[in-house]
Amino acid sequence: MSAKSILEADGKAILNYHLTRAPVIKPTPLPAQTIHNPPAKLASITFAEGDNVQGVLDAAEATYPFLLAPGAKFVAKPDQLIKRRGKSGLLKLNATWQEAKEWIAARANKVQKVEHVEGYLRTFLVEPFVPHPQETEYYININSVREGDWILFYHEGGVEVGDVDAKAEKLLIPVDLKEYPSNEQIAKGLLSKVPAGVHNVLVDFISRLYAVYVDCQFTYLEINPLVVIPNADVTSADVHFLDLAAKIDQTAEFECGVKWAIARSNAALGKPAVASTDGKVNIDAGPPMEFPAPFGREMSKEEAYIAEMDAKTGASLKLTILNSTGRVWTLVAGGGASVVYADAIASAGFASELANYGEYSGAPTETQTFHYARTVLDLMLRAPMHPEGKVLFIGGGIANFTNVASTFKGVIRALREVAPLLNEHKVQIWVRRAGPNYQEGLKNIKAVSVELGLNMHVFGPEMHVSGIVPLALVPGKYHEGIKEFEG
Amino acid sequence: MAPAAVPNGEALAANDNITRFAPPSRAYTPQPDHKLFHPKTRCFVYGMQTKAVQGMLDFDFICKRKQPSVAGIIYTFGGQFVSKMYWGTTETLLPVYQSTANAMAKHPDVDTVVNFASSRSVYQSTMELMEFPQIKSIAIIAEGVPERRAREILHVAQKKGVTIIGPATVGGIKPGAYKIGNTGGMMDNIVASKLYRKGSIGYVSKSGGMSNELNNIIAQTTDGVYEGVAIGGDRYPGTTFIDHMLRYQADPECKILVLLGEVGGVEEYRVIEAVKSGVITKPIVAWAIGTVAGMLTTEVQFGHAGSFANSQLETAAVKNQSMRDAGFHVPETFEDLPAVLSKVYKEAVSAGTIKPQHEPAVPKIPIDYSWAQELGLIRKPAAFISTISDDRGQELLYAGMPISDVFKDNIGIGGVMSLLWFRRRLPDYAAKFLEMVLMLTADHGPAVSGAMNTIITTRAGKDLISALVSGLLTIGSRFGGALDGAADEFTRAYDKGLSPRDFVDTMRKENKLIPGIGHRVKSRNNPDLRVSLVKEFCQANFPSTKLLDYAIAVETVTTSKKDNLILNVDGAVAVCFVDLLRNCGAFSAEEAEDYLKMGVLNGLFVLGRSIGLIAHFLDQKRLRTGLYRHPWDDITYLLPEMAQGSAPGQAQRVEVAAGDVK
Repeated sequence: MSAKSILEADGKAILNYHLTRAPVIKPTPLPAQTIHNPPAKLASITFAEGDNVQGVLDAAEATYPFLLAPGAKFVAKPDQLIKRRGKSGLLKLNATWQEAKEWIAARANKVQKVEHVEGYLRTFLVEPFVPHPQETEYYININSVREGDWILFYHEGGVEVGDVDAKAEKLLIPVDLKEYPSNEQIAKGLLSKVPAGVHNVLVDFISRLYAVYVDCQFTYLEINPLVVIPNADVTSADVHFLDLAAKIDQTAEFECGVKWAIARSNAALGKPAVASTDGKVNIDAGPPMEFPAPFGREMSKEEAYIAEMDAKTGASLKLTILNSTGRVWTLVAGGGASVVYADAIASAGFASELANYGEYSGAPTETQTFHYARTVLDLMLRAPMHPEGKVLFIGGGIANFTNVASTFKGVIRALREVAPLLNEHKVQIWVRRAGPNYQEGLKNIKAVSVELGLNMHVFGPEMHVSGIVPLALVPGKYHEGIKEFEG
Repeated sequence: MAPAAVPNGEALAANDNITRFAPPSRAYTPQPDHKLFHPKTRCFVYGMQTKAVQGMLDFDFICKRKQPSVAGIIYTFGGQFVSKMYWGTTETLLPVYQSTANAMAKHPDVDTVVNFASSRSVYQSTMELMEFPQIKSIAIIAEGVPERRAREILHVAQKKGVTIIGPATVGGIKPGAYKIGNTGGMMDNIVASKLYRKGSIGYVSKSGGMSNELNNIIAQTTDGVYEGVAIGGDRYPGTTFIDHMLRYQADPECKILVLLGEVGGVEEYRVIEAVKSGVITKPIVAWAIGTVAGMLTTEVQFGHAGSFANSQLETAAVKNQSMRDAGFHVPETFEDLPAVLSKVYKEAVSAGTIKPQHEPAVPKIPIDYSWAQELGLIRKPAAFISTISDDRGQELLYAGMPISDVFKDNIGIGGVMSLLWFRRRLPDYAAKFLEMVLMLTADHGPAVSGAMNTIITTRAGKDLISALVSGLLTIGSRFGGALDGAADEFTRAYDKGLSPRDFVDTMRKENKLIPGIGHRVKSRNNPDLRVSLVKEFCQANFPSTKLLDYAIAVETVTTSKKDNLILNVDGAVAVCFVDLLRNCGAFSAEEAEDYLKMGVLNGLFVLGRSIGLIAHFLDQKRLRTGLYRHPWDDITYLLPEMAQGSAPGQAQRVEVAAGDVK
């Protein structure tokens, strides 16, 4: 739960819907808009693994009728939190629907390398192409810091905008909105390089944009280029966000979930009202917000399984696979301790061999711990054997309230089930844990290692939390003099 | 606080073991600003967190505080006035307040709050708490507070000079003085890390979990913790490293500072600036965790919401280097931190800045009953035993059968009855028979006494349960009791080997009616269809129907005397049920007799008839019938005439025939 990136399509839908609805913090120079924006034209097309690409594209035509408007031109691009798409050739501009379709079909469900990350292209965004003169392009960015929210504005936009941190004009909006700047202050702070004629239009837009930012609890919003085409008498303007990246605060779901959902409802997106096929009832007017994984890190089946288990309990269960053929695996309890372990493994020179990051905490039950441990062990033993064997850290800090003996029961059950394979893969197991009833937990795991003939070293609170990592990985650190836990 | 001597050696009353604390006699001397907490700190706990409060009181007790640190609990959903807590081995009562204003007014000595409100409600409650000028610090425990709300809280707190610890933290601890919420874990860990007495090391950590680890490291390598704060893992903690580092710098008793930072955010740099500008002069041992982030090829969101580097400056590696450059004691890896801390400590000892104190005796704290039980250290005879159902596990169990199997096997209400009543699966025909009995006994019209009572009670405006119970209370030897009686008489006669004719004759000699024989209207030529249904079912399905056959033979005898003396539905059900218990193979002979003696047949009738009684209740409600009053002319009033003074016991007796109809 934290600030999370959202799809470009979702960000645009929220802006389109709420720009005219979110309450502005102070009156803007323009009269309040009485007509709301028409439904956003955002065709978000997603391909699941194994989908018939042509079939999905045909279905999209039915869902988004604007795609079939005669003579219309479109922009097509992947919508997967990829930065600098233009530079990677992932932007199809000024295309007919037929051309856009072919362009997408050539890429959908295929591996793409962006900078040094490889991943499958699964989600695309198709929207109307907006022809516009260069001087109507701007750059705007809002981001949150401790003291307030920075608005960065630059009078030129586009891919070549350059180092905006250095050259954009900046204005800090304090946390206390009673101190919100006046229209004059906004114009002075941000628009000094823009002709005065469009100041009112831009101040109005910036104020509205900021109102949405606050109302829908964004934590980051960048639009580049932002295209603002004023009407003849400069009383209003056509605004287009050509390219948008945004993060919203997932923890604010209970305050903003309704607003996020309604902006993405069928009605707000101009989709024909079709009865939902799966018969699922959404809790809000629209679908719940989605938080996609970063490009190139699609959730594996196992990660999805753990995430699902995590969502169903008060305990915390996290798993991220970093390198499925890595030699070093972790089964660590506690959010802080898990990072410390990853640090220690990396600083011992094994960053590239670190197979997973994850943690279990918050007093999971024995069964949950078993399923978690079993998943990690399965992944470890599924990868091909390594001539030097593998290393498994069953680590953790000093628990506050988790009964160590009871969570260890789950781990022990998982170890029992795969014991022969553990030895076949030459897995060294290093254990360090403390907290309530740790003596019993450590005694049990030690007994099992003797019984099953596992290569295991066990330590309690006398050992530094991640002290076992250098012992296991750095040659020469471990010697017979180091005292292990005695039952 | 010792209980008063009990004169006649009676057992202690619970009340004798309660310790009561008087309010402070005078206001305390104000503490310097850097002393956020001290041995007389008094706080409120916001939220009904009895486990955390108990932990705080236990800590107070082993720190030899005179008074608990918790003055009261604020719980807006309240209703409870006091919460009972342990104070050592005795108990004490903590007031519970529904309104914050009330709590503040009652306890002007409180200046800090541990706020356990959820991420949804913590914003409102914290804002409310900050309106009271007596509050100087608030710890916010909740995880997942929206970032905008967290910033608004810290903004107001700054203006009002309130110290916020958190959100998303376990809190902090001042050894020997005060402990926030669950900090430090359980008692044995607090004792192991010597947190019951103060040391010389002050630490600030981002992670709450790792603060436990720091307590351990500090206790192992130095003279112990002076104060420790976990500022919380969110992006916008209310106070950050610098706020507490400055307090530790100003506090002459704190000698060495420890900082445990993390990837993400730039708050460590403010401490670096303070060191560079000479504001902080005490030695700092520091480490930023998350150095791995820079070495991975993809971005990983670690456990904490704030642990994500948005720029090079925010990475752990750069932070560690910058701190090292500024003269902090930064180890090569986190594993080397204890060694570095130990070195800095020894230097301070040899320089004379730290004088190790005499170690006090390790205090004892009684172990909690529930925990001791979990550890298997104690046992106690249970006051209750239950052998039929268990709701403690993943799934509800009926006599060992998981509720999901109950539905998967579609065992029906008869199957559930067999599990709960007899603790075993009975053959399908037996379950069917039980259901059949329920269906047959479900109702018998509005005129019978049970239904009548229910109807009258309903019409008096009473609720469902009262109406149902008033009907059920009529069930006994006269109404509905024929089942048990019939089973009893027929079984006894059969077991004695009496022939059907002998049985009928004996009963007549004893002037006893045979229960289960006779019907008001039905006769041999006009048979009761319910009886035929039962008979046919049992004859078709039961392995043996010996008692039913016997009863039918008895019927032959009785109907020869009078046409309506047939085996009625009670009799049929009763004898078939005995056949079932004895012959279905699931019960031993003793068990079968035992169940009959317990009155299980009556149970069947009560259960079945409840359906009908509830139906009569609903029916009357539906009809909106009014209060019933019986007409005078339907009651014969026969009062003793006082003037004539008839002798006692000579009043005229009225014979009222007991109807045998249900």
